[in-house]
Amino acid sequence: MSIRKPFFWLLLVMIGFFALAPRVTGDFMLLQDLSVVVVSIILVSNLNLMIGYTGYVNFGNIVFFGLGGYIGINGLYYWGWNPFLSALFAGAVVGLLTLLLGLGVLRLRGPFFALATIGVLEATKAFVSNFEPWQGAEGINLPFSVFDSVGGLANVGWYVYAALVGVMAASLFLSYWVKTSKFGLGLFAIREDEEAAQVLGVKAPLFKALVYAMSGVLPAVTGTLVAYKEAVIDPEKAFDLHRSIEAIVMLMLGGQGTIAGPILGAVAYEQLRSYLLTSEFFSHFHLIIAGGLLLLTVLFVPGGVMGWLYRQCPALRSILE
Amino acid sequence: MTRTLLEVTGLSKHFGGIRAVREVSFEVREGEILGLIGPNGAGKSTVFNLVNGVFPPSEGKVAFLGTDITGWPPYRVVRAGLARTHQIVRPLNDMTVLENCTVGACFGRLDLPLGAARGLAREVIDFVGLGDRADVLAGHLTIAGKKRLEIARALCAKPTLLLFDEVLAGLNPTEVERMLVVFRKIRESGVAILMIEHLMHAIMSLSDRVVVLNFGEKLAEGKPHEVVNDPAVIEAYLGDPDIAKKLAED
Amino acid sequence: MRGIIASMFDGVLVGAVYGLAAIGLSLIWGVMDVINLTHGALIVSGMFGVYLLVAGLGISPYLALVPVAAAGFLIGLAIYWASVHRMIGRPHLMSLLATFAVNMVLIGLGTAIFSTSPFNVNVALPGITWGGYTFTGTKIVAALAAVVIAGLLYAFLYRTREGKAIRAVASNRRAAELMGIHSSRVLAVAFGLGAAIAAAGGALIATLFTFDVLRGSVYELKSFVICVLGGLGNPLGALGGGILLGVLEGGIAPFISVSWIPVIEFALFVVILIRFSQGLFVRGRAK
Repeated sequence: MSIRKPFFWLLLVMIGFFALAPRVTGDFMLLQDLSVVVVSIILVSNLNLMIGYTGYVNFGNIVFFGLGGYIGINGLYYWGWNPFLSALFAGAVVGLLTLLLGLGVLRLRGPFFALATIGVLEATKAFVSNFEPWQGAEGINLPFSVFDSVGGLANVGWYVYAALVGVMAASLFLSYWVKTSKFGLGLFAIREDEEAAQVLGVKAPLFKALVYAMSGVLPAVTGTLVAYKEAVIDPEKAFDLHRSIEAIVMLMLGGQGTIAGPILGAVAYEQLRSYLLTSEFFSHFHLIIAGGLLLLTVLFVPGGVMGWLYRQCPALRSILE
Repeated sequence: MTRTLLEVTGLSKHFGGIRAVREVSFEVREGEILGLIGPNGAGKSTVFNLVNGVFPPSEGKVAFLGTDITGWPPYRVVRAGLARTHQIVRPLNDMTVLENCTVGACFGRLDLPLGAARGLAREVIDFVGLGDRADVLAGHLTIAGKKRLEIARALCAKPTLLLFDEVLAGLNPTEVERMLVVFRKIRESGVAILMIEHLMHAIMSLSDRVVVLNFGEKLAEGKPHEVVNDPAVIEAYLGDPDIAKKLAED
Repeated sequence: MRGIIASMFDGVLVGAVYGLAAIGLSLIWGVMDVINLTHGALIVSGMFGVYLLVAGLGISPYLALVPVAAAGFLIGLAIYWASVHRMIGRPHLMSLLATFAVNMVLIGLGTAIFSTSPFNVNVALPGITWGGYTFTGTKIVAALAAVVIAGLLYAFLYRTREGKAIRAVASNRRAAELMGIHSSRVLAVAFGLGAAIAAAGGALIATLFTFDVLRGSVYELKSFVICVLGGLGNPLGALGGGILLGVLEGGIAPFISVSWIPVIEFALFVVILIRFSQGLFVRGRAK
């Protein structure tokens, strides 16, 4: 990652657009729409660290978001912490837990790990649903008094959005840094051939656990921010397998292994989803369409939109990432 | 007195009821090229796997530069200075030749940062003769190119001892000769080589000493000419005594 | 104590049926090294297939097994040619995602047609009573059917030409091709067979328990655990693994709430796998 590369500035410009657009237009609807897209970009670009860089599919990726949400809401609601500090705390805790879990569960080879992540998600959901101190299956409803620290309900959307853009920037630059670092090179080697990588000296078990933990921190922070903004959290919404899957679809669509891919995929998919939302058949066909998209992408365009762009115009490879 | 680099003592490995390696002992000294030969299924690749940590031995000890490395995982072994190539090449296909070698340089004995690693990788790529293909995707190389890449990657780890697993298999005579030149260059640069080979011509012309395995056990050890004339070896491996005589005359 | 033993024996019966369903997954995995994530959807197809035939035509569910399995076979062929065929030999990541995507589409279709309401297949069969415990007739018949089907599969794989071709391709695809076996066609048949068996398993499960479109994932998880317990590609092993799992479930069921059982099975799955994959080489396959 270097300030001298054009992509660095492209990223900054794009982030700047997201940061300023709602402010400049003062449009609240735009704020809402962009909030959704920004959350997706965060989830997808962190997922990319596992799938795109390391080649390990994390089907249950939404568990970071959900668990982070619950932990952050605890700090906020039960201990009266500032919501944004709570969010950071949630990120740290989830990162640590994931690191420990990863040292065990990443001993499983690719496909087994993928299946295990679903189990982790379901087990966490089952646990939280039965955990009384967190109100179990009913979920936690926050009183509007929690918005006092930002000056009331009207301001929440703006403050949280600003925080989300910050988290998105962090995610994108994390992605960029990893991709151009020695650590990232080791991850790519693992993706290509894990055993050969180890023979070359890559300490695979550690690297995998580290990237797994890394991929969970920012989604966990996001989980708290979203739960705070909505003033509610419950196991079904927090640990929604569908959302997990959508993140994968967005990633494959946009182009796994790239930094721009998650952005493209999230934007495109959200457009598609908002279009479908206006149609009646949405909830049933949603899964079918997402599945169909994923299948077509995997079969015919495994590199996603970015892969296709690179093939059309190889020169782009040196500008975009 | 040249120092001993690798010392293998009483190495054994069984897989269920199959005893792949039995009580094998030998050593590799600094600056030498040691040939490891034997019929197919003799346990040669298994010995390599035991030495570089792909799986642990059932019994026995592996010591490298005086340190007991028995059962160390491969990433630890290569960091100590012992690198290997694979019998069936394993290029990192969607990465370029340069990137492949940079991995070797980054995670090898010297643990170099990215920039320095790339520099070393370029040098080594030129050394083995892949300089014109540095930016080609590894998956697109010819088989000879891929073999060179295996060697280059292993060299990037700056090893003291290199394990070559049938590097010459599947190459045509011209490619073999070119590869032997690289082997000699490697020896001149001070790196010792332990090589599994079936190509007798290479073994005879390059090895300082030879170890023969059969059915997992060490059958013979000595200078190439001694080994080739050993009746037990002839019987087990070469079959026809006349071939042995003809090779000895080459 | 007797209660637990009875529960465990019940588990043997149910386990045999789980084992049959798992054979479908195990076969495909063992033969072509593809983890078929449509397995759950195939089980569900079997469930609804038998429901429709019984409700619509009034035939015995056990007779319905034949058309259901046949339909499963055809669906399996379609899935193979549409998505799996191009994924053989590619990184696992891709075949996982491809079959996962197909699963999404199938389940999506299922919920669109049947919504997520529960369904039942009602079969009236006399049970066997022993020492105060009744073992329902449906469970006994289902278990027998499972064993029979597994036996037929075993005979097919080891006694017929097509079966041997499948085992040849599973063992070494290139060598099999050199001997004149059209490996893609064989793989398609193997996939279809795995799908057929999954559907048959689903059909039998439907005679035992209430089901809905989303239940497939629970049985899919059981199938994974069973495959790991029983060894891949081995039909009798999967049956044995199924029975073992059934017995385990029977042993713990009286003590914990049903919703925790999948969680425990998942934990078991992970623990067994971690103990198995200690070595650096995953089960070697000739390429």
